Amino acid sequence: MIHKIKAILLCGAMIAATSLNAKTIEVTAGANAQEKLQEALILAEEGDIIALSAGKYILTDGLSLDVNGVTIKGLGEDKTILDFTDQKGSGEGLLVTSDDVFLTGFAIENSKGDGIKSKGADQIVISKVRVEWTGGPNPENGAYGIYPVESKNILVDGVQVYGASDAGIYVGQSQNIIVRYSIVKHNVAGIEIENCYGADVYQNLATENTGGILVFDLPDIPQQGGRDVRVYNNFVHNNNTANFAPEGNIVGSVPAGSGVMVMSSRNVEVFENIIDDNATANILVVGYPNQTQDKNYNPRAIDIRIFANRHGKAGYKPDFPGGDLLAAALGGSLTPIIYDGTGENIQISDKVGAISLNMAKAGRPLTEARPSPYPSDSEFEGQKLQPIILPAVMEDKIFSVLSKDELPAK
Amino acid sequence: MIRKPAYLWAHITTITSLLIGIVGLTKPSNEAILLAKYPKSLSEYGFHDRGKKGFTPHKSLIAYDLKTALFSDHSEKFRYIYVPDGQVASVSDNGVIDFPVGSAIIKNFGYFQGNKMRLIETRLLLRRENEWLALPYVWNETQDDAVLKLAGARLSVNFTDPNGIKRTTDYAVPNKNQCKECHGVNDGISNKVMPIGPKIRNLAQSSIERLWAANVLQPHGAPTNASWDKGDNGIERNARAYLDINCAHCHNARGSASNSGLFLDYGQSTPVTYGIYKRPVAAGRGSGGLEFAIKPGDADNSIIIHRMKSNDAGVAMPQIGRAIVDDEGVALVSQWINQIAVKK
Repeated sequence: MIHKIKAILLCGAMIAATSLNAKTIEVTAGANAQEKLQEALILAEEGDIIALSAGKYILTDGLSLDVNGVTIKGLGEDKTILDFTDQKGSGEGLLVTSDDVFLTGFAIENSKGDGIKSKGADQIVISKVRVEWTGGPNPENGAYGIYPVESKNILVDGVQVYGASDAGIYVGQSQNIIVRYSIVKHNVAGIEIENCYGADVYQNLATENTGGILVFDLPDIPQQGGRDVRVYNNFVHNNNTANFAPEGNIVGSVPAGSGVMVMSSRNVEVFENIIDDNATANILVVGYPNQTQDKNYNPRAIDIRIFANRHGKAGYKPDFPGGDLLAAALGGSLTPIIYDGTGENIQISDKVGAISLNMAKAGRPLTEARPSPYPSDSEFEGQKLQPIILPAVMEDKIFSVLSKDELPAK
Repeated sequence: MIRKPAYLWAHITTITSLLIGIVGLTKPSNEAILLAKYPKSLSEYGFHDRGKKGFTPHKSLIAYDLKTALFSDHSEKFRYIYVPDGQVASVSDNGVIDFPVGSAIIKNFGYFQGNKMRLIETRLLLRRENEWLALPYVWNETQDDAVLKLAGARLSVNFTDPNGIKRTTDYAVPNKNQCKECHGVNDGISNKVMPIGPKIRNLAQSSIERLWAANVLQPHGAPTNASWDKGDNGIERNARAYLDINCAHCHNARGSASNSGLFLDYGQSTPVTYGIYKRPVAAGRGSGGLEFAIKPGDADNSIIIHRMKSNDAGVAMPQIGRAIVDDEGVALVSQWINQIAVKK
């Protein structure tokens, strides 16, 4: 019944949202794909659907969309393939700079820079899209698979990213974000939420990355003070791939074998995840390790709540200098949760071992660590953050392209 | 007998174009500049004399030059400003020129083949009612007109560079969106296309005087930039001027690269903001394994130099509009970085 009502509401919303002259522009793979597709993206008008046929589109330059209210729809992430192996220019495969955009049902392969970047966009929905560097982990791969930045109202739903040399799904300097139902594998970071205000990351599979899910806040960029992020109900398993990020990038400092990692940031909740087989730690909470002159920046992790996660084995092969000695001192293995001791109000109520390294300052050598158990159950204040709510039209877009048998049962 | 009509027709067109030249029928078209959606060919604007090969400008177009030009693969550039008859562009305190509606900025790109100019493309900026519109046109074989290429183009071009070296390049004509990637300025509400070159601080003094003489530019007292290749202002000023015109159109707080936090506009005074010990944010393999955008005293280990020296998509900066390394630019910026004092 609820779905029926929803379906009726949905029809109404779709009629209201579709402008009178909205049309479907068909684009097919084959000769001259670059010009045909890019021209369609330029000539599209609000409400239009750009429908991509099945096949491999051989692209020689980056693509871009700068028209509001456009849908790019392929026939499936294994059927409609935008192949950027021969790309000669641009910093990404597809750049979106307009609002109210829906991307679904296609793949981006081997883009020279990032896969899909959306910048300064409001209401972007990316669903059932695959971004892949087909040669596997390699520092020559592009940095980010799905890359919304300086955007707001972002829904990343059911995407797959393989091989990003920085983060598979990276949301930066944005607000009001949901990342869900996605698979990230063979990336340096599976999912990274960086310098964002308000994000829910749930029901994702992060496996065989260097680090599974990261929540970071960094200095010297326009939007700082990352906060209000919930990471819950994810399966974060076996993220033990050697770090292949080009040096200099902050993810280059992520130890292989990190499950969930929180760096600086404020008000982050990590709960009800299954986190298993991460050789450094299942959960790490640390401060920003580098020097900065940025006076507005807070390098510490503050108000972090970790609870109700289920842990498998962890800490059996820590990937940081001195980690093996520390593990030996602790009886052969680190605890599943490691906190560097530089933050404030770090609450951990998971029923597994946790240690604080009691560092005076983040990023100092482990020789300065004075590890001790970190019991803080008594201080646990419970869940505080509210769910992220996106404009309803964004969810409706996903429903609008489902076939009859994909729709939820009545 | 069969050839006669063609012969006659040739005469008729010559006479017509002569007549047009005399009575001034070919003149910039308000319709094309202001109203038509995307005019298909350059000739529709009436900016150039279609009867001649190449771009012979209408007399109302005023040529201008920049103190420091964007590097565009060693192409020659010919720039013109068109302001509708009787109107004047005003100048704000910071040297931004506010062109009246109906104005146009025309930039032709080409290479000398021997001593003959072969035009490749013309980029137009049209000042419409509420916005600037950027459109790219590619010149035809006969060199009498250029056609709209909304999606851009890749053209194989042979030329001889200023050092006498013969080169072939995969010249990239930007698509309409790429025009905006560099020309876009976020005013807090939306991202709008704006001119980059024709600002008082960038214009050559002779060009400013020419615009004054033609009564299309309001007199002003706005400050001006250095001319990097004239070597008259000290290395730091020259290098900063070079970065300003080549990078700051994206690398500023309201540009396409705003998220990087690396702002290379001439006015930046905070060292980390213009790159000194600035760590990469989202550079990926663009970082080249290096720690800082600018590492004082060490150009070879500065990300800016690494990216200026690359032609590899995903690494190369600027990301669009260049397929060849600007060796002189690299040398200048390296020289500056190498003389910056190292922080203890």
